[in-house]
Amino acid sequence: MSTHWTLHKFHGGIHPLENKQQSTTMPIQQAALPGLLVVPLLQHIGQPAEPCVSEGEHVYKGQLIASPAGLGAAIHAPSSGVVERIGAAPYPHASGQPYNAIEIRTDGKDQWHPDIRPANPDELDDEQLLQRIRAAGISGMGGAGFPTATKLRSGQQASIDTLIINGTECEPYITADDMLMRERAADILSGAAILQRLLDARQVVIAIEDNKPQAIAAMQAALGTRPWHVVSIPTLYPSGGERQLIKVLTGKEVPSGGLPAHIGIVCQNVGTAAAVHDAVYLGRPLISRITTLTGAALKQPMNVECLVGTPVIELLQQAGLDQTRMNRVIVGGPMMGFSLADLNAPVIKTGNCLIASTEQEMPAPEPALPCIRCGECELACPAGLLPQQLLFYAQGDDHEQLQANNLFDCIECGACSYVCSSKIPLVQYYRSAKADIREQQQKQIKAEHARQRFEFRQERLRLEEERKAAERQARAERMAKAKAAKEKADAAKPAPVAGSDPSADQLKKLKIEASMARVALTKAEKQLAQHDTPELHAQVAQLKATAEAAQQALAAAEPDATAAAPAAEKPAKAARPALSEAAKKAKIELAMARAALKKAERAEASEDELAPLREAMLKAEQTLADAETGTPE
Amino acid sequence: MFLSQVTSPHTVRHDHTRNIMRRVILAAIPGLLVSCWFFGLGPLFNVLLCSLFAAGFESLVLKLRQRPIGFYLKDYSVLVTGVLLGLALPPWSPWWLLLVATGFAVVFGKQLFGGLGQNPFNPAMLGYVVVLVSFPVDMTSWPAAHAVTFSGGLSHMFAGTPWLDGWSQATVLDSLKNNQGLTLDELWDGYTGFGWLSSRDSELVNLAFLLGGLWLLHKKVYTWHAPAGMLGALFVMSLIFWGGNGSESNGSPLFHLFSGATMLGAFFIITDPVSSATSTRGRLLFGIGVGILVYIIRSWGGYPDAIAFSVLLMNLCAPTLDYFTRPRTYGHDKAKRGFNTEGQ
Ligand code: SF4
Ligand code: SF4
Repeated sequence: MSTHWTLHKFHGGIHPLENKQQSTTMPIQQAALPGLLVVPLLQHIGQPAEPCVSEGEHVYKGQLIASPAGLGAAIHAPSSGVVERIGAAPYPHASGQPYNAIEIRTDGKDQWHPDIRPANPDELDDEQLLQRIRAAGISGMGGAGFPTATKLRSGQQASIDTLIINGTECEPYITADDMLMRERAADILSGAAILQRLLDARQVVIAIEDNKPQAIAAMQAALGTRPWHVVSIPTLYPSGGERQLIKVLTGKEVPSGGLPAHIGIVCQNVGTAAAVHDAVYLGRPLISRITTLTGAALKQPMNVECLVGTPVIELLQQAGLDQTRMNRVIVGGPMMGFSLADLNAPVIKTGNCLIASTEQEMPAPEPALPCIRCGECELACPAGLLPQQLLFYAQGDDHEQLQANNLFDCIECGACSYVCSSKIPLVQYYRSAKADIREQQQKQIKAEHARQRFEFRQERLRLEEERKAAERQARAERMAKAKAAKEKADAAKPAPVAGSDPSADQLKKLKIEASMARVALTKAEKQLAQHDTPELHAQVAQLKATAEAAQQALAAAEPDATAAAPAAEKPAKAARPALSEAAKKAKIELAMARAALKKAERAEASEDELAPLREAMLKAEQTLADAETGTPE
Repeated sequence: MFLSQVTSPHTVRHDHTRNIMRRVILAAIPGLLVSCWFFGLGPLFNVLLCSLFAAGFESLVLKLRQRPIGFYLKDYSVLVTGVLLGLALPPWSPWWLLLVATGFAVVFGKQLFGGLGQNPFNPAMLGYVVVLVSFPVDMTSWPAAHAVTFSGGLSHMFAGTPWLDGWSQATVLDSLKNNQGLTLDELWDGYTGFGWLSSRDSELVNLAFLLGGLWLLHKKVYTWHAPAGMLGALFVMSLIFWGGNGSESNGSPLFHLFSGATMLGAFFIITDPVSSATSTRGRLLFGIGVGILVYIIRSWGGYPDAIAFSVLLMNLCAPTLDYFTRPRTYGHDKAKRGFNTEGQ
């Protein structure tokens, strides 16, 4: 059903040369089975998966070989064979650095794991559906690679009105989604139906740029009786950016720093929808994808369905790579992709395109001229920023102004660099400025923690001192009292019971005080666990000291006659505060780690920066658990 | 096998700052030709000398600053400065006047601030104002149309021979300013070479610059904001304060649009991106500011034409305009305006 759909405009946008026709001359080809599969442990946004196979182990196609840890996605063997090695291997990343991977020597049988079974979604409840998607290790296939199950889970918690199936594919050269829609429209739609069901979305909109008439027709034809909308949107880079697409389709904007789910929208790429179909209906994990092979250094540009882990070089060769003409290989599109340092790096779940370009096609960048403030970049910026001002502040390392000019709303689309007539690599400036600012914020957090720790220590020492003083005083008083009592007893020989009278009263009073202090402390600690504020920290420390002092006073006041029993009790009592001290410290550290992580996540820190924070948090959690189990109560 | 490591984007538009500068120079040619039609080769000599001086000064400073001369000369920006100065100064101006003007423009207006992209003032206008206040007599002796002979012009330019009687004439703007109780009709009846709206040379030269400017707009060298702002403001101001055609008249709106350096200013001077406001909205305001100032100075100030002063004054305001015209960023309810530098 194609009803009229009102379109909106986002600011800016550009029309780079599309260069899409080269790779759409033939249907999707099957890539050859490589001898060695290099399957990196990190193919998504989040933490690397943890290997659950060992070297030398035989694996089936589709067998789980690494399970997700924290935010992440499972990873499966793309084909049957033997795990040859687990360790650092070439990795497709802008940094050019290797990354841990599981290398599988394929046996050529391509044998599926026997447990892989089809299912009928109508017989599964939502939880089972989500479980199947999670188990399949699906992460966003449009390029970002956010774990799909997590996105769906948070979508379920929000109230979703619109599910957008993103088939815009606005980057030049890339045609993987285009071909997928042409050839597997029905699968995409049945995957989308599952997504709609899980999200309980009122409507489904499938957005495709108007430069893909065949894909639009195919999707429309496959729609059948579904009351969904296939919307053709004007070709304008970067209309496929999640935020831009939402604006185009709904006129709404995702609040800065927020998520689409906050305004009742979830976007999923067409490739992701197809993967969901495969996972739910066929039980197949995400182990292959459609990748565009293109660029002027290839004799026959095309789209291939290739296994995740297939080395780039083998795919390019299949498309007739002319190494003498090639000057760079880009993973992703020419606007946002990165140049590959090692052609042995594999295609991963997010790898939608490989461009082997020639010098003529993508010449080396010209030397940059100074910015003449022509304003072209501002006209092009889809985020409504002033790239020329950002450049100015980035060159001056003016972090304050960079943030005042909303640097962090930059989606790094490259439109500004594209239009800049002075050939300034603007995005590069923004990337490094963002990294600098994040690093500085990390440092600030660290310094703040150090300060807090220092203050805690000072406070503890002070209280310790006070406690000791109180103890000394109590002892002196007690001795004076004992002396007085003795004198009194000496003076009046009878009435041996009278002496115990005042001390029994006092003991009772001290006991009450001690238990009251303890109650107050527990209460404050509970509060602390819920609201982590410095005031509470201070309060707890204070109460603790009071409780301890009361306890001490009580212990000191207890008559020597009963010394045997308290002596037995004492170590336990002493041990308790000591252990809860450790637990408290662990708790504080955990809270800090959590806060740091949350802050970083909110700042959309990159994965490299998030991972150590997450690790720190897990460690803190562990310490706390240890400390707590070590505590007798 | 060589794999170049380049960050995205890997594809860029095939346009270049030097092309933009070249187009600006090209677009000025009609105006130059029309000007030559009225003043002989004077305007051309102006332009050539100024360009030569400008390139010379630029190379000199680059050499002193130890910068690659060829690389920076190739961006053509200094030629634009030279050409614009040559067009703005009276035809057949003495060579030393051109030298001083370009010297100030290039050395003080541009290079001392750090070169291309760094100058807060429009270099050409800075040079212009320096000679305007230093040599007012030379700056106000415009030759009359079709009056000066080639040899006469040359000897005025290079030997300092004063103009013969009848070779120079007050401009229409001068005449209007010094009008002593004549109605406009009487005033223009007594002015040799008055055309439809202004003096024949003025209106046609302005028309030629207008056409050149429209071509630049069409070529997307700049957006319409600054020119439209200036011309619109000048039009509205002169409409409001027109005062009819009597002796108190300040001149009609069309007279103002087609007199003096209006169109040169609107399409070639205030469109200099470097010294203007940076956002489109900022540029609109920038243009409006120039238009209003031009009118104020022309009508009530001490100078008959006022483009240069107005532009320099607005150059001063440009950074402030930038603070107050930030666009609204996607996902934000409001644009951050003003001097606020808070992160949120
Ligand atoms: S496009 Fe380039 S030269 Fe023009 S304002 Fe932007 S950064 Fe400056
Ligand atoms: S890279 Fe950033 S600043 Fe440049 S156009 Fe894209 S969003 Fe705007």
